[in-house]
Amino acid sequence: MKKALIPLGIFIVLVVFLAIGLTRDPHEIPSPLIGKAAPLFSAPILQTPGQAFNSKDMLGKVWLLNTWASWCVACRQEHPILVEFAKTKSLPVIGLDYKDKDAEGLKWLDHLGNPYDLSVADRDGRIGIDFGVYGVPESFLIDKAGVIRYKQIGPITEEALRDKILPLVRELQKS
Amino acid sequence: MKLWLTLFLALQFAFSAYAAEAVPLAEDPVVEQRMLIITEELRCLVCQNESLAASRADLAQDLRREVRGLIKANKTNQEIRDYLVARYGDFVLYRPAFKPMNYLLWFGPFLLLLGALVVLVRLVRRNQRNAAPTPLDPAQRAKAQSLLKDPGLHS
Repeated sequence: MKKALIPLGIFIVLVVFLAIGLTRDPHEIPSPLIGKAAPLFSAPILQTPGQAFNSKDMLGKVWLLNTWASWCVACRQEHPILVEFAKTKSLPVIGLDYKDKDAEGLKWLDHLGNPYDLSVADRDGRIGIDFGVYGVPESFLIDKAGVIRYKQIGPITEEALRDKILPLVRELQKS
Repeated sequence: MKLWLTLFLALQFAFSAYAAEAVPLAEDPVVEQRMLIITEELRCLVCQNESLAASRADLAQDLRREVRGLIKANKTNQEIRDYLVARYGDFVLYRPAFKPMNYLLWFGPFLLLLGALVVLVRLVRRNQRNAAPTPLDPAQRAKAQSLLKDPGLHS
């Protein structure tokens, strides 16, 4: 009798593993960069291409790097949330216009509003590669020491903002 | 004359547009060969079930460009793989690294095989024990003999 239950036991364990597997998103690949220093970069500012932004200047501040592009569909979904969030002035938000034409990017900001303190142009996507970006939008929360503390894969949602990002921002700003 | 000139210019424009769309081939076949060998064992993060060598995704093209650049900068294959792992994690490797976190992945199938073998051996032994023939007593033997001789069974 007991032996007959062994296959059932194995089956249940298998079902539990498969069920857990179903709840996970295969497109969310954990970033190896979390807990590591954010790659340093210097790139032209979208609005004033003559000037460059250097990520070193952000040391000492908690800030959010948000990758976006005018061709990115999911960014359209995220954008209004970012615009609202920018009004709270919780932390500096820097945009990384990933593999975009500058003119298209500027047009997008004109039409849909500009939540960014500034945006930089990553025309060939090299900065994106250094950050391990594989699908815009992705966002990185970077602490005062320049360490990546959190990565949002896909659009920032109101829930992610409320439950994960803002509590972490407050904690990081205190330290 | 003017028509010909217009046509000529239009054709030129058409061809230049075509050229811009073609995927740029590396000018150096040796670099290209090594790039393919390296990227065949790396996963494209956008399509996931395609290698970086085969994928037509935008990111894959950019990463092939980066790999070409690294080859030209005289990096070893291992250095190039490390470059990608540092950015995208172990997930980019089709051949998982041999390290403690992955031991279950490497040894798991062999453990399962070992477990299956143990079960198989025990089952076979038990069957052999149960199947050991018990000798017939004289009365049973006689009955069997008579049954075998019974012509009625053969008709």
